[in-house]
Amino acid sequence: MKSICFCFEVHQPFRFRRYRFFDIGNDHYYYDDYTNETFMHDIAEQCYLPANKVLLELIKKYKGAFKVSFSITGTAIEQFNLYAPEVLDSFRKLAKTGQVEFLSETYSHSLASLKDEELFANQIKKHDDLIKKYFDVSPVIFKNTELIYNDRIGEIVADMGFRGMLTEGAKHILGWKSPDFLYCNVINPRLKILLRNVALSDDLSYRFSNKNWSKYPLTAEKFVDWMNADKKSEIINLFINYDSFGKRQPASSGIFDFLKKLPEVSLNSGKLKFATPSEVIDEYQPVSSVHVPNTISWADEERDLSAWLGNEMQDEAFNKLYALSEKMKLVKDKDMIRDWDYLQTSDHFYYMCTKVFSDGEIHDSFNPYESPYEAFINYMNVLSDFILRLDTFVPENSAEKIKNLEKLLKEKDIEIFKFTKELKDKECVLNLKKE
Amino acid sequence: MKVLMFGWEFPPHISGGLGTACYGLTRGLSQIGDINVLFVVPKAHGDEDQSNISLMGANNVPVSVKKLRFSKSDKSINYIEVGSNLIPYVSENEYLKLSEKNISENYQPVTINNDEARFNFSGTYNNNLYDEIYEYSIVAKVIAKNNEFDIIHAHDWLTFPAGIAAKKISGKPLIIHVHSTDFDRSGGKINPRVFNIEKEGMEMADHIITVSNLTRNIIIDKYGINADKITTVYNAVEPVSENVKSKLKKGVKDKIVTFLGRITVQKGPEYFLEAARLVLKKMDGVRFVMAGSGDMMNDMVKRAAELKIADKVHFTGFLKGDEVTDMLHMSDVLVMPSVSEPFGIVPLEAMQSNVPVIISYQSGVSEVVKYALKVNFWDTYEMADAIYGLLNYPSIWRLIRREGKDEVDNLLWKNSAKNVHEIYLKVLKKKQDNLPCTTEL
Repeated sequence: MKSICFCFEVHQPFRFRRYRFFDIGNDHYYYDDYTNETFMHDIAEQCYLPANKVLLELIKKYKGAFKVSFSITGTAIEQFNLYAPEVLDSFRKLAKTGQVEFLSETYSHSLASLKDEELFANQIKKHDDLIKKYFDVSPVIFKNTELIYNDRIGEIVADMGFRGMLTEGAKHILGWKSPDFLYCNVINPRLKILLRNVALSDDLSYRFSNKNWSKYPLTAEKFVDWMNADKKSEIINLFINYDSFGKRQPASSGIFDFLKKLPEVSLNSGKLKFATPSEVIDEYQPVSSVHVPNTISWADEERDLSAWLGNEMQDEAFNKLYALSEKMKLVKDKDMIRDWDYLQTSDHFYYMCTKVFSDGEIHDSFNPYESPYEAFINYMNVLSDFILRLDTFVPENSAEKIKNLEKLLKEKDIEIFKFTKELKDKECVLNLKKE
Repeated sequence: MKVLMFGWEFPPHISGGLGTACYGLTRGLSQIGDINVLFVVPKAHGDEDQSNISLMGANNVPVSVKKLRFSKSDKSINYIEVGSNLIPYVSENEYLKLSEKNISENYQPVTINNDEARFNFSGTYNNNLYDEIYEYSIVAKVIAKNNEFDIIHAHDWLTFPAGIAAKKISGKPLIIHVHSTDFDRSGGKINPRVFNIEKEGMEMADHIITVSNLTRNIIIDKYGINADKITTVYNAVEPVSENVKSKLKKGVKDKIVTFLGRITVQKGPEYFLEAARLVLKKMDGVRFVMAGSGDMMNDMVKRAAELKIADKVHFTGFLKGDEVTDMLHMSDVLVMPSVSEPFGIVPLEAMQSNVPVIISYQSGVSEVVKYALKVNFWDTYEMADAIYGLLNYPSIWRLIRREGKDEVDNLLWKNSAKNVHEIYLKVLKKKQDNLPCTTEL
């Protein structure tokens, strides 16, 4: 019996408003509430609500035979709370069925795993607390931002106690190996690795409605045949951006009908069943470790980090941002922490990508900017203001530092004075005794 | 293939983008094997070298035939200078001023060089731009009669009547090349006579070449011309040698943001000043330079004073070849806030000189380059933001500077000329296909 393991990524960034340089130091609100709210309403109506409804029906209909998993980011949950509480309710209903597994993520879908291990761990904890609060479950499987993974990240995640982690079945990592088996981390084999089946996942999320595709139209029967094609494989990992249902593939393409039909055809084939990531880990033995010295992700053809950290603008923004993490550890202010989290959302860096120029491929996630330059300038303006604010919380100018040192010096002086006096007194006493 | 081209300005005397474009394209065409260009230029004689020009009596127009040799090409082209007051970009009023000046200088002794020929034709000489255009078209007719060619190529409206005249007398196909329309130049106040000349040229043309899709759309929408007849061929830039070093040293430590072009309504100079004001409110160590002259220059000087930024805004007046290079070498950012710019070659020259540019979406060049910041000309906040970003965040400045240079070095006139050549071939083929029918009739 082969397992189909569905994982849907649900994420929304807090998009920034046009933050001009005149605003630096004057206005500390960074978010485009209107765009964020409008976008959330649109996607809730087109994707989250109808898709959740279909999933709930399927779970009820197949009584335990159909199951899926979600990785919902913290920023997405915050936005449900603000703009679309009904979406949160529908996810809770799914959670209550017990057939849905919620995975761990970074709170703000950040790139912290590449820069700061402590921060990375804190963000995971913050996310999991939120999941616990809303869905009353504690995630045991981790899925990093955009499936970013390398051996070291896997090791950190293992140390945090997670049992498994999801990542991309990147060709250049796998070579001749198949993504359709369970693997484990090369440093800490206790961490199991689930690899995305790139071809089948992308058939659903990218190609489904493409009429120029040679396999168009895609039916549930066809898809089940493809899943059954390799008789030896054990797991089919379908990791998909949730907005593929209804947004990237509009309802008119028949994607929801496809989804409704898929469990029936799969189960009837007698060779397929559905499983959540933790069930997969329980059931299967890892066939080998997977060696990933260089970081991979699920983005673009390269499957690397170049979509977020591929040009010098992205590097400058990224390094300036994370240069603040030491100072941020001293800050307790709620607004500061919120902005700090939202500034780290990887989407901001994605908007600055200039690769689109060269490969001509459109980065299709909703992008509020006309150009990567605009995205960069806007981000840097926001970051400049944030740095000014941070300086008021954690003063760093040299005058302040000297003052602190002088104070320290004075304290030491007093101490020395005290000890010398004590020494002298003792000497006196000693002298007296001698006499 | 012989091309009779009615164009503008040859070096060393180039006053604007049109001359640069004509020269670049002709040079590009000269690199294509089977093309020979006979180039006809009107030569204004306001402030110019007058030795080759006879200031005329009633019906003599001086014509001098010259040879121009291109470097890197063993070919030379013939070009004919026609004594005429036509210069690109003049308005009717400016033209009047210019021609009045000439009248007072009319009674000078005339020297005729050996290489100068003279055409006689009937017609009267008048201080009227439209008569002058007509005059020019008559010269064109004479030239067309006396020379062999396969195709006619006319640049911008002042030469359209000449192109039409040449077409009528020779029966050869006419291609007109639109570098700008009256909608761009006038800032919306259309001169109906100019419009009519442009429209007639477009209708008579066998094919129209535009310098951008922006211009192409204007011709389709405003002049009602069939879209099939119009093709966009983007301008390019002449490669510059790397070792052109600036003679001038920058005298100030401040960063320099430059506006380079004619200070006219078409170029949006007031938006530049407004953006400058916004930037200066927020940062020190930056100066703004308006390099160029034009009918709005005095207004802009006044405006800078009104905005209380006159100490940080500098006006250079008109800059010539080398001075332009010097100016670019001193600049940290170039802004072209044009309101309506059919193409806009200045940003390409800036990119060549390693200067990052900010251009308006309302320019044809924004269709071509990727490594430039683009803003709407009216959005001075965004423009200011872009200036501030380039001056304060080093990575974007470096990235755009490096990639922009790379990008612009690949925009070659050779390629534009190839596209023009293809259009020639297409038009000639069409003409040939139709020929049997017309001879039968």
